[in-house]
Amino acid sequence: MFSKLRMPIVIAVVGAMSVAGSAYAQETAKIAFIGPLTGGNSAAGIGGRNSAQVAIDQANANPDSKYKYELVALDDECKPNVGIQVATRAATSRDIVAGVTHYCSAVGIAAVDVYHRFQLPVIVWGAILPAITYGNDYAEIHRVNGSMLDENRVSARFLTEMGYKKWVVIYDTTDYGKGHLEIFKKMLADTDGEILGEFGVGSDQQDFTAELLKVKQIEPQIVLFAGLTPLGVRIRSQMDRLGLDIQFAGVSGIMSVSYLDALGETSEGTISFHNGAPFEALPGGKAFVEAYDAEGFDDPAEPYGPFAYAATKIIIDAVEEVGPDRAAVNKAISATKDLPTIVGDITFDDHGQNSVDSTKYVAQDGKWVRWEDSEYASGARKLKGQ
Amino acid sequence: MVIFVEYAFSGLMLGIMYSLVAVGFTLFFGVLNVINFSHGDVLAVGSFSALIAYVGLQAVGLDLPILCFIAVALAAFVVTGLLGAAIGGGFVVPMRNAPPINVLLMTMMIGTVLREVIRLGYPNGSNPKAFPALLPDTAIEVGSVFIRLDSVILLGLGLAVVALLDQFIRRTKFGLAIRAVAQDGETAQIIGIDFKQTILLTFAIGSGLAGLAGVMHGVYYREVNFSVGLLLGVIGFSAAIIGGLGRIWGAVLGGFVFAALQTLWVILFPDLSGYRDVFAFAMVIVVMTIWPTGMMAEMRSERV
Repeated sequence: MFSKLRMPIVIAVVGAMSVAGSAYAQETAKIAFIGPLTGGNSAAGIGGRNSAQVAIDQANANPDSKYKYELVALDDECKPNVGIQVATRAATSRDIVAGVTHYCSAVGIAAVDVYHRFQLPVIVWGAILPAITYGNDYAEIHRVNGSMLDENRVSARFLTEMGYKKWVVIYDTTDYGKGHLEIFKKMLADTDGEILGEFGVGSDQQDFTAELLKVKQIEPQIVLFAGLTPLGVRIRSQMDRLGLDIQFAGVSGIMSVSYLDALGETSEGTISFHNGAPFEALPGGKAFVEAYDAEGFDDPAEPYGPFAYAATKIIIDAVEEVGPDRAAVNKAISATKDLPTIVGDITFDDHGQNSVDSTKYVAQDGKWVRWEDSEYASGARKLKGQ
Repeated sequence: MVIFVEYAFSGLMLGIMYSLVAVGFTLFFGVLNVINFSHGDVLAVGSFSALIAYVGLQAVGLDLPILCFIAVALAAFVVTGLLGAAIGGGFVVPMRNAPPINVLLMTMMIGTVLREVIRLGYPNGSNPKAFPALLPDTAIEVGSVFIRLDSVILLGLGLAVVALLDQFIRRTKFGLAIRAVAQDGETAQIIGIDFKQTILLTFAIGSGLAGLAGVMHGVYYREVNFSVGLLLGVIGFSAAIIGGLGRIWGAVLGGFVFAALQTLWVILFPDLSGYRDVFAFAMVIVVMTIWPTGMMAEMRSERV
């Protein structure tokens, strides 16, 4: 009896296994996304995560993809200690093949050793401290966006040529703010500009009255803020309260939609700089915006979103080419040269750094407008002190 | 000279905000010997409830600035007052016989919950929020001194609130009950004072003051964020320590002293301004060493 039944059972089991096998034929490659998903900088982090998810979804929808992709999103809270924890979690998960990592420089620089130790290839999508790539010889670290070097070179030259010679710099005392200050000073030394005062402020500081009253005494032509949006909002708002009618400029850390929303009309005329050109000026900007909107996210992509998308796409392409093997993927990423992406052609140098020209922006009518396209550039509106 | 007048005024503004937070800490400690570390986050709840109230008033077409200010301040006071009473009645009173560290940890966790509720519950709550200008902000320029009218009004209101609280504690039946419980809870119960009701009232008043400080913060800085109470809570607690926990005017003094220390540091060492909190907190340690029970402790023995 049993022997009569054996053959049909075997056939049924083998058949079921083959059906299941075909359904799960595609191996899943996991890619980590790390950025601030909570806290004051989470707008940028969520925009970056969503953008990375767009690249993942596109790959999964592509019938030619050899693998299925899964984004493992981890929250570094823009805090170095938390960043090291989640970086370690990603790096020690052997099923994670690579990472799209960090918006905050202070976290990015703290985590590079972890990625190197566990040989996890990562592509930085937002943090711009030069030392993240240039401060080590780690082959695992790459960056699609430019660094502070590009940004400060542009800001020092552009604003001194506009006639702003007497500066005050307010910087947050994290690696990000201090890094900007140090590089900006070097860049300003090549111009006829002069720093009259430097103020280090805490990243959770609420009141800046004492610092700003000191700025009032110094009488600079321009105040440059090196830090992130929450502090940038507070400082600009408090300048207004104290009647400081001085031009305000900020590094790329303030260039977010939330800066404009929180300040309203007070944001008008703020100058900032960014690695990325406006979406509409990016080679694949229109397609990216359409794809992002189609996903129905509640939050905007924010300016660094396209970099997160491009970084994720590079990793996916590498996996498609060499398979989900960290060493092989790292080799493929490192070999990236003149790769056309939505943020422009990408080439990683010996330190894994892609060079990106910084773009000048001005806040105009509640939007960040490329300087060249603004009414300030055309002379229809004037910056303070002009 | 002009700039020093402006420094003094901004120091006073900062001081009154710290004082309102510190008074809450001192009230809670006075009546129950507990440190309520959710107090800073209650302030943030005050800011955001004011913001919600403002949006509601806008929706019904009420757009008279000063009337709006009174309405949102009242809303913040009531919401945070009820929240404070709930924290006191639901968590602190049941644990009053537990080791102080347990209450401290529990209130810290409540603070985290409140913070995250704001962040997740308020639309786009992770980002800084613009706070409406609810008071006339005409610039007052006397010579070269530049002060905005709303700052003067806020300072006056802050001082009036503290003075009113002092009168409430001194001259009303509830105030007498609070003082009695602060002096000796058990005896107060024996003579017929409703212990739990007094505690709830104290928590409501202390938290309501934090709510008002939250509104004041929003109107003054024109910006609020979900984590605004983190540092303010620690500073308010330090201010209460400087003045002497359990003493209202001590807390007020502590608030102004803390603000003065921060301001003084930036005036003297502008290049090292990032260390102003380090300096101020270091001074708290010095004050604690010289006057272990606070600066006003020796002047008055009566608590609350």
